[in-house]
Amino acid sequence: MSSDAKKVLTGPIVDNNPIALQVLGICSALAVTSSMANALVMTLAVVFVTAFSNLFISIIRNHIPSSVRIIVQMAIIASLVIVVDQVLKAFSYQLSKELAVFVGLIITNCIVMGRAEAFAMKEKPVVSFLDGIGNGLGYGVILMLVAFFRELLGFGTLFGIEILPLVQNDGWYQANGLLVLPFSSFFVIGLIIWAIRQWKPEQVEKD
Amino acid sequence: MSSNKETFGKTVGFVLAVCVVCALLVSFSAVQLKPLQQANKLLDQQTKILEAAGLLEKAGNEIVKTYNESVVARMIDLDSGEFIEGDVINFDERRNSRDKALSVKPENDLAGINRRSNSAVVYLIKNEAGAIDTVVLPIVGSGLWNLMFGYVGLEADLNTVKSVIYSDHSETPGLGAEVLNPKWKALWPGKKIYNNAGEVKVQLVKGGAKAGDIHGVDGLSGATLTSNGVTHTLQFWFGKEGYAPFIAKYRAEGVK
Repeated sequence: MSSDAKKVLTGPIVDNNPIALQVLGICSALAVTSSMANALVMTLAVVFVTAFSNLFISIIRNHIPSSVRIIVQMAIIASLVIVVDQVLKAFSYQLSKELAVFVGLIITNCIVMGRAEAFAMKEKPVVSFLDGIGNGLGYGVILMLVAFFRELLGFGTLFGIEILPLVQNDGWYQANGLLVLPFSSFFVIGLIIWAIRQWKPEQVEKD
Repeated sequence: MSSNKETFGKTVGFVLAVCVVCALLVSFSAVQLKPLQQANKLLDQQTKILEAAGLLEKAGNEIVKTYNESVVARMIDLDSGEFIEGDVINFDERRNSRDKALSVKPENDLAGINRRSNSAVVYLIKNEAGAIDTVVLPIVGSGLWNLMFGYVGLEADLNTVKSVIYSDHSETPGLGAEVLNPKWKALWPGKKIYNNAGEVKVQLVKGGAKAGDIHGVDGLSGATLTSNGVTHTLQFWFGKEGYAPFIAKYRAEGVK
């Protein structure tokens, strides 16, 4: 793999993370991070949608009339999201019930739209596809991190497996009720952003 | 941007082409995956009914087989309590409740469901000898955030609770959602719905039920409103606007 392609693929994971640096896609990061399993499925769904929407948009980029380009992008993204939703319902009914409306809301995830408009409209299909995967993964890494803390401290489990035995179940751990609620992701995301910027000070915005 | 792709005709043509391709993709996946999705939905429902009947462990991986062997779904008329003919597979209580011809407004809407379907589907569970030893009744009622759907499994006397299983809810995780906690569910077996006078006495008790309370189950800690919702749902569905006529008829006449 050439170094350019590698940069496109891995750049968004830390150096140019869509959530941590660009602060995009926060809403869904709040909603689906109460458990690792949900976050993982959401990650896969977003990777799929960003990768393929980037690919298709890039393939037809030279034919899209600029007056209707956003609508065309939306149509492609929405179709892909519906496909993901249908596949989830068919193969993982339980998870689709839990994720419910949030799969549909991938359509409005600014990361997908942002990459289509900012990258796929200008670049070649293969590199756009990689960019989609990279950004999906960058989103997913943060999602999984947030879910890790929320599920571990909020429910005492990871992927549903008991790690910290809860008081309700005769254990010793008093679950943190705050982390069970969606808005607690704000705190966790904030702490993650702070940690990343400590590690990579060049991400800090200048005043 | 070259100007030749910006003409009105080309723009319309392009948009139409994109729409057709997207529509094909979406309809293909929807049609192709439909049978799988319906099977999943049915499997989910059957799993919950078997769980309410206490047969889930025995069924293991053979949910559909066990369900077909031991469960008989029958439609009833809630006002008269009689068995009626009807499409039990596609029955949807909430869909009926939106149809004025198929539902009524309860006089005392404890469960907060606004309208109640005139008919209901009950699940009669046969034991190995072929006799009915469990009856599973679906319930629905408002929790804190939204309607909660579930099943109550009753012993053959239609008074002793075997289980209360919620299948669909949107209560607060860690608080109201503890209705799914196995430890809470384990409190139910043996509780009685009615007292000797036939009144509905079953309820969740805030702060914990007293030892020996045959009608009371511990409330969910930190989830008073969900607990109230569960109590009201049970009191509605086992009251005279719920299953009470059916239960009276069933006790007197059995299954016809």
